Amino acid sequence: MIRSELLRDIAPVLRDRLVVCNIGLPSQEMHAILDQPSNFYMLGTMGLCSSIGLGLALSQPKMVIAIDGDGSVLTNLGTLPTIANNVADNFVLLIVDNGSYGSTGDQPTYAGRKTSLAAIARASGCDNVVECPAEETRAALEAAIASGRMTVIVSKCQSGNVKLPVITMDPVVIRDRFMKAVAD
Amino acid sequence: MSISARIVDDLVANDVSFVTTVPCKQLGGVIEEVEARPQIRHVPANKEDEGIGLCAGALMGGARPCIIMQNTALGVTVNTLVTLTQFYRMPLPMLISFRGELLEPIACQVEMAIHTKALLAQLHIPTYHFHRQQDADEFDAILRYTFMCSKPVAILTDATFWGGY
Repeated sequence: MIRSELLRDIAPVLRDRLVVCNIGLPSQEMHAILDQPSNFYMLGTMGLCSSIGLGLALSQPKMVIAIDGDGSVLTNLGTLPTIANNVADNFVLLIVDNGSYGSTGDQPTYAGRKTSLAAIARASGCDNVVECPAEETRAALEAAIASGRMTVIVSKCQSGNVKLPVITMDPVVIRDRFMKAVAD
Repeated sequence: MSISARIVDDLVANDVSFVTTVPCKQLGGVIEEVEARPQIRHVPANKEDEGIGLCAGALMGGARPCIIMQNTALGVTVNTLVTLTQFYRMPLPMLISFRGELLEPIACQVEMAIHTKALLAQLHIPTYHFHRQQDADEFDAILRYTFMCSKPVAILTDATFWGGY
């Protein structure tokens, strides 16, 4: 299962949820599969999906799901201690770990070699860390939401991309409709 | 009242309720005040670009954010300021210790100090420089300006302002 298949599988769980979508293909895939005002699309700024998600979860009560990638989390590894030490029980960090930098041509990441992001998350102090194959991610996500406890899910999937157009929506429009969905 | 308490009073008066910090010796008093105020959630960050990401999320959650950091880290925030804060048009007061100015004991700090204002100018970030303690009288107006225009705004605070090292 590649990331776009995974996102299609979990889309029903994401419907009407606040979703922070990682830069590049993950945002483009979410835009194609389930565009909704409560999706925040990152058009740039690699690495900060989890940080935006945590700041959002700490500032309001609705459930927030940040769909991040292994390469992006490796770019901003300091995020895991920050998440662990500032618990937001309305926050799920879903790391789609395909062991590659998908948007730049599937160059391998260290997460696809010796490095375990789940082990790093646990060592950082994150209390609820689940590593699962892509096929079990939907159930893991549903369980995390139902638990009412902040959860980090590391979903191991295959690398691979589908061709999609870039998102041409104006960033201020993305932010404006997202903030209205947050406040609604 | 200490200058640190006055600054944090202005943050509270402007409904700033989410503050992220990466420490600096000069900013220690402000960070203590931020931590002590019940109106403010203080989330220490490990790196300044991470902090700006936290602030972007907090803003979209309805909180007014602020980042407290050193000028030496300005370089690591450039991409985030441009592609997140400015591209999505988000307000962000940046209270920055201006290391490498007069009274600075560490030569290496000067190397970023000489680029600080040029970088901020290149990024079209409105910039205010607090040198004398009475310069802080404008902090309340700077915060109102920041949230009025929805831009990142830098407030540089040098060693003379803080009374030396």
